[in-house]
Amino acid sequence: MEVTVNVNGVDQTHEIEGRLLLVHFLRDTVGLTGTHWGCDTSNCGTCVVWMDEEPVKSCTVLAAMAEGHRVRTVEDLEQDNVLDPVQQGFIQEHGLQCGFCTPGMLMTSRALLDRNPNPSEDEIREAISGQICRCTGYSMIVRSVQWAANYESAVTIGSAS
Amino acid sequence: MTVTEDPQSSEGLSPEGNPMGFGKMLRKEDARLVRGMGNFCDDVVLPGMLHLAILRSPVAHANIVSIDKSAAEAHPKVVAVVTGADLAEHGLAWMPTLSNDVQAVLATDKVRFQYQEVAFVVAEDKYSARDALELIEVEYDILPAVMDVRKAMDPETAVIRTDLDGKTDNHCFDWETGDAAETDAAFARADVVVSQEIIYPRVHPAPMETCGCVADMERVSGKLTLWSTTQAPHAHRTVYALVAGIPEHKIRVIAPDIGGGFGNKVPIYPGYVCSIVASLLIGKPVKWMEDRTENLVSTGFARDYVMNGDICATKDGKILAVRGEVLADHGAFNGVAAPVKYPAGFFGVFTGSYDLEAAYSSMKAVYTNKAPGGVAYACSFRITEAVYFVERLVDCLAYELDMDPAELRIKNFIQPEQFPYETKTGWTYDSGNYEPTMRKALDMAGYDELRAEQVEKRANGELMGIGVTFFTEAVGAGPRKDMDILGLGMADGCELRVHPTGKAVVRLSVKTQGQGHETTFAQIIAEEIGIPPEDIDVVHGDTDNTPFGLGTYGSRSTPVSGAAAALVARKVKDKAQIIASGMLEVSVADLEWVKGSFHVKGDPSKSVTIQDIAMKAHGAGDLPEGIEGGLEAQICYNPENLTYPFGAYICVVDIDPGTAEVKVRRFIAVDDCGTQINPMIIEGQVHGGLADGIGMALMEMISFDEDGNCLGGSLMDYLIPTALETPDWETGSTVTPSPHHPIGAKGIGESATVGSPAAVVNAVVDALKPFGIRHADMPLTPSRVWQAMQGNHTPPI
Repeated sequence: MEVTVNVNGVDQTHEIEGRLLLVHFLRDTVGLTGTHWGCDTSNCGTCVVWMDEEPVKSCTVLAAMAEGHRVRTVEDLEQDNVLDPVQQGFIQEHGLQCGFCTPGMLMTSRALLDRNPNPSEDEIREAISGQICRCTGYSMIVRSVQWAANYESAVTIGSAS
Repeated sequence: MTVTEDPQSSEGLSPEGNPMGFGKMLRKEDARLVRGMGNFCDDVVLPGMLHLAILRSPVAHANIVSIDKSAAEAHPKVVAVVTGADLAEHGLAWMPTLSNDVQAVLATDKVRFQYQEVAFVVAEDKYSARDALELIEVEYDILPAVMDVRKAMDPETAVIRTDLDGKTDNHCFDWETGDAAETDAAFARADVVVSQEIIYPRVHPAPMETCGCVADMERVSGKLTLWSTTQAPHAHRTVYALVAGIPEHKIRVIAPDIGGGFGNKVPIYPGYVCSIVASLLIGKPVKWMEDRTENLVSTGFARDYVMNGDICATKDGKILAVRGEVLADHGAFNGVAAPVKYPAGFFGVFTGSYDLEAAYSSMKAVYTNKAPGGVAYACSFRITEAVYFVERLVDCLAYELDMDPAELRIKNFIQPEQFPYETKTGWTYDSGNYEPTMRKALDMAGYDELRAEQVEKRANGELMGIGVTFFTEAVGAGPRKDMDILGLGMADGCELRVHPTGKAVVRLSVKTQGQGHETTFAQIIAEEIGIPPEDIDVVHGDTDNTPFGLGTYGSRSTPVSGAAAALVARKVKDKAQIIASGMLEVSVADLEWVKGSFHVKGDPSKSVTIQDIAMKAHGAGDLPEGIEGGLEAQICYNPENLTYPFGAYICVVDIDPGTAEVKVRRFIAVDDCGTQINPMIIEGQVHGGLADGIGMALMEMISFDEDGNCLGGSLMDYLIPTALETPDWETGSTVTPSPHHPIGAKGIGESATVGSPAAVVNAVVDALKPFGIRHADMPLTPSRVWQAMQGNHTPPI
């Protein structure tokens, strides 16, 4: 079957098998390997991307289900050679070690801050609780998201004044 | 020398604002990883690449009667289907393990654990490869599965290793350490003797990236390139050369970005060998990546020790001796990755941080119908088991003596003036100053206030527990006179080249799996020769481009390879000094090193920088007599001893009396890993290990039913902590340098995994004290805690 999925602002039209998972479509068909695969059961969240503005586990979405939707991956976070504040936050606060879960964590964090610019620690933990990081023990991921939130609120205040 | 103080950052910053050596520095590797531009194994795509999938046994123990692969071969997208019989024709059906046992690459005679490799398919795409697995017909004649480690040696039990000549039982090996008679004598004169069975269940490292590889055998040159999820690329290359008969110079092992290792990526798995064979047979690159179930059920597990412990003391709490008797479940093949002379790994450090009069332990290891492995999951070669064993025993003793567990530990610590300290089991602890570290943790926790709060809570029927542990690690394997893996000495090479413009490249034999080597090794070189860390490229994970060494596991990168990096830099600096003496026309002895440049003593205006010297070394004009051009060096570092990091951990839990759910309220960790290279990275290493500890203590277990079916085969069943089960960690540190390490560093990678499980369990058991409970076995799930509250002890195995 032929599908057209808008990935990071570009329409991707490909002939695929109906059973192809979105994560494999992104990685193998489109060639965007920033999105990772880590389990078969929707538990680990390394595969989180956005479908429209909603984070989804792309191992649990068929590529065919993304037909006509907008998919955003980690490769789209950096704009005009400027890192998204969540990317910068993960660097500043050591929010990653091996980096395998990081793309999924970044996409979830970005979605959280878009809805809730000033989340509490509990809200951040809740937001990333569907994802597993085996390296960091999560505290530094929480701090990374807080760094991004603080950065964005400082920028917002700065531009308003 | 032993000092205890908070770590200080080095003075001065580089042009890019980084420390000119040790201190907090943001990681170099992050730039690609936050952009999704890492290059993990599954990201490697080669022209014409095929995909391999493995057919695995659905049962734990069975004779293979027949295999019919014709339907799979007829699949239009299948290129090859290979069975054990096919491999046997080439002498490749079996391979050596890292413990001098053998393991089936593909089963020929029978299967010995669930998910053992039986056949593989190579197809044009990965979906078709998996489809074709369904078309292979295997007839199994099912045998009784040996799943209960306690019954493995019963005479009527089925023999698993019928492949070994004359094997009539499931015995794997016996081991002992310490002095049995001295220990018995100490027990005879003790006032108090406490005995406890302590079980460390089977757990799994479960890195977020599963294992896999891409094998590319180039037909004309005969060169094999293997992109592989390996923590030890050089050791793997040598083993492939020995197993497959490919000349070693025709093998290039590349470990690209690794999505977590934790020991899971030390062994050589059949899938790697199958991929190599497939590429060899077909002449095209072949990719194999496990799925999560394959990773959890078939690859290197950890622990699985049943430990019977005794501890004895005087009535006022002076511990005299510790005795152990361990039953070790090694699975179907002895695939332990530990130094050859240490079949029990470093379990011998079970004497802990205490000054004992005697100690002894015996161990019986057996085969069962479970996956092979044994040393994995950030355990420093079984020290996790050893620390858990002694730290539970000490708490049991505190319970019986009705003593505070922190006070009991402090009373028995090895004293600072006793270092280097020879333990009763023959380990020489290099340096330590335990009490200040413990006191710091107690202060951070507000220990006395916590105990007061606990008294109040107990009066109200609330369940609050405070767990205290103190651990001593033994890392940095190891001195080559004692330690080797398959005959390869556990030393590590390092090469440093300074380019004409003063930029540098350092090449390592070890391989990061997230520990940040690209940053910390640049910092070590910067500290030694004053080249800014951003000007130093760190090359690792490629056997064609790095010197030989045994790789990253057992927290050995900093203690071994880190020492190599410091010493190779000093070798370069020595040569730089001679060149500087020529440039400044003074004798070598008249030069003084101030980080980054040599000065003439007494005349600081006359100086040359390391960058000036590099250009001179490569430039025109004469160099001092006998000095070759260039500014580079290579060494191989052989550690004279292990290093012994230590730490004090305090865990505070609350248990819901209605649901028996354990909530970790606080976790305080004070670590001493000697000299600190990058405190930010050290804190990160500790955090990760603490989460592991909560996972093992409360959630994680690879269990089986009596037929041998693995019950922890997915992340729905094998529970790993998320951000909701983990607290905001409270960490601190003390610094007691290693006397024999060139920069005094000891390593930190596994300290928290080693030390934290006991802290959590001690806290839970402490919370359950009103129920008269002295011990409960991991994982302390709500059902297991509930059973304990009802007076039912439920061992996990």
